[in-house]
Amino acid sequence: MTRADAPPPSLATSPSRRLLGRAVNAAVTLALGVALAIAAYGALSFLVFGAAWSGDVSACRATDGACWPFVAAKLKQFVFGRYPDDELWRAALAMLLPPALLLAAFLARRRVGLGGFAAAVLLGLPLSFLLVAGDGALLAPVPTEAWGGLTLTLLVSYTGIAASLPFGIVLALMRRSSWPVPRWLAICFIEFWRGVPLVTVLFMAAVMLPLFLPEGTSVDKLARALFAIAVFASAYMAEVIRGGLQSVPENQVTAGRALGLGYSQILALIILPQAIRSALPGIAGTFIGLLKDTTLVLVIGLFDFLGMIQLAAADPAWSASTTTLTGYAFAALVFWSLCYAIALVSAYLERVTAVGRR
Amino acid sequence: MEETGRAARFWIQAALLAAVAALAGWLIFTAWTNIGRLPVHFGLDFLSEPAGFSVLQTLIPFDERSTYGRAFVVGLLNTLLVAAIGVAFATIIGFSVGVARLAPNRLLRAVAAGYVELFRNLPLLLILFFFYFGVLRQLPPPRTGFEFGGAFLNNRGLFLPDPQGGGWFLVAALALFAAALVLKSRWRVLAGVGAAGALMAAVAMTHIVWPEPRGLSVFGGLRLIPELMALVAALAIYTAAYIAEIVRAGTQSVARGQGQAAAALGLTGLQAMRFVVLPQALRLVVPPLTSQYLNLTKNSSLAVAIAYPDLVSIFAGTTLAQTGQAVEIMALTMGVYLTLSLATAALLNWQNARMRA
Repeated sequence: MTRADAPPPSLATSPSRRLLGRAVNAAVTLALGVALAIAAYGALSFLVFGAAWSGDVSACRATDGACWPFVAAKLKQFVFGRYPDDELWRAALAMLLPPALLLAAFLARRRVGLGGFAAAVLLGLPLSFLLVAGDGALLAPVPTEAWGGLTLTLLVSYTGIAASLPFGIVLALMRRSSWPVPRWLAICFIEFWRGVPLVTVLFMAAVMLPLFLPEGTSVDKLARALFAIAVFASAYMAEVIRGGLQSVPENQVTAGRALGLGYSQILALIILPQAIRSALPGIAGTFIGLLKDTTLVLVIGLFDFLGMIQLAAADPAWSASTTTLTGYAFAALVFWSLCYAIALVSAYLERVTAVGRR
Repeated sequence: MEETGRAARFWIQAALLAAVAALAGWLIFTAWTNIGRLPVHFGLDFLSEPAGFSVLQTLIPFDERSTYGRAFVVGLLNTLLVAAIGVAFATIIGFSVGVARLAPNRLLRAVAAGYVELFRNLPLLLILFFFYFGVLRQLPPPRTGFEFGGAFLNNRGLFLPDPQGGGWFLVAALALFAAALVLKSRWRVLAGVGAAGALMAAVAMTHIVWPEPRGLSVFGGLRLIPELMALVAALAIYTAAYIAEIVRAGTQSVARGQGQAAAALGLTGLQAMRFVVLPQALRLVVPPLTSQYLNLTKNSSLAVAIAYPDLVSIFAGTTLAQTGQAVEIMALTMGVYLTLSLATAALLNWQNARMRA
């Protein structure tokens, strides 16, 4: 999110060259301006002016622009998949709960401290899954086959985030250990999962995971995907955290020792807070990558947000020339906003945690 | 942790190792018993059996009677093809955007920044779907498709005039030309002369096969299937956003004084970039750039979502579905990517060590 600095003004400024520079600059500005205007006109006439805003599929067939009634009609499917109509509030609450709890922990951070964050993470995710799955007593059970759309995208992302942070920290510490056994175990684990594409990891979880479990144990398809994403994200997170750990100077440990702190205290009170703070941009980048990567669960037959849009666009009742493109435009808007929001939160946290640094 | 005694250190690690070994052993044992119950015969024998399917795009001859082993090679070659083309385009776009982010023109900088922010925050699969289902599959059929200068673009793909006969001379000419750009003075002249000669030989021997639309399809010419084009476009555009950031960071890290010194010597902005800043930036850029190339190669496995016949699609997809040899096929497929990754990492470490020495 850093803004590119303009290069220093050239020192080679003979008047004729300066004039030429100005002419070139003006020409570039003009050409780019025209190109941008054409692109903006094309985008706006597709998305806004030429678009069908109301009516049904016949309104869409009559125009070359976007087909917004399609999005309006399918919005429930995009967000909730095939989740039962009467229970939609559960899925909605499950999507909001983990970020809401984290926000609460952040706002009350002076009172609850790091423990509050841990509690928010440890409570929020299981509660979300419980809400969506149902407990059979108070909440009617909903099989995972009915989960889908944005609900699935966010639940998979939350799982990846919640799993990758603790496992990533442990793996990073193991990799930096002076003990050879944990170090090599961590290196093998991290380099293996970082060396293969997520698509193959998902395939492997889908077809091979059942082989490694005793006969008779059946694992839900969603659980396999969650496992794959958690393992994959942990390996990437470990490298980001390791970078953060490397930025903490060695004398911080010495200082902690001088205060009479033990290893775990030095780790929890001195090293990790600084390491995580300096790894924040990388952590946010991993979260963004994770959110984008959840779309890949489509290849093993799970329908996340993008999958649902793809599915809905194939509906013959809505077949018009621009249905597919409209769906993608909507998907792009949602994904872009979510990713950008993560980036903004990260930039904000970097500013807040930088207090007292200089 | 130095205060832990040597003996304790040994026993803790031994216990850790034993626990991991026990877990691995249990997993392997369970898998072994499970595989024993399956109707398939464990091993790599299936690789020599006939595959019985055909593939949309093959770089080596392949038909229904070819073996699964050959299908593996076909898929691997298709992966390498899409990766090579994708890397070339991603580099060109990425360097252009990265340098544009530092251009003196404010609008150009803004456009380049917009490009990076747009494509880094969109899922690659969405970009791929956009190009494949949103653009290329929506093109008109051959009868009403586009034509420009003897090339045809329609929903069956892009059909280009196919130069035949002098192909290897053309490749040699390109290689020698590239060498001429890189090499030092005396060798540069030699390579340049060689390139010109090879080019003339190529032109003399080449006869061009023009594509011809007939009925529902286009015959002759070089066909680029829509799956390949969509995959290359998505991979190149997506990865270019990351490459641009690497190039920008590398360029900005070259001390400001270097650019000013170049300006003091009378170099123009572009000359300073070409002769002073970029060569120094390149050293910092190479390691992250290589890992982006690797990412692009791994991301080419998204091919399976649009049925481009890459390694994952025809081996871990079709072949696995037909034979059920899950463990062997997944191990071979992941082994290919892992080998590529580890070999690249080793190469980078070696180069890094050489540069420090």
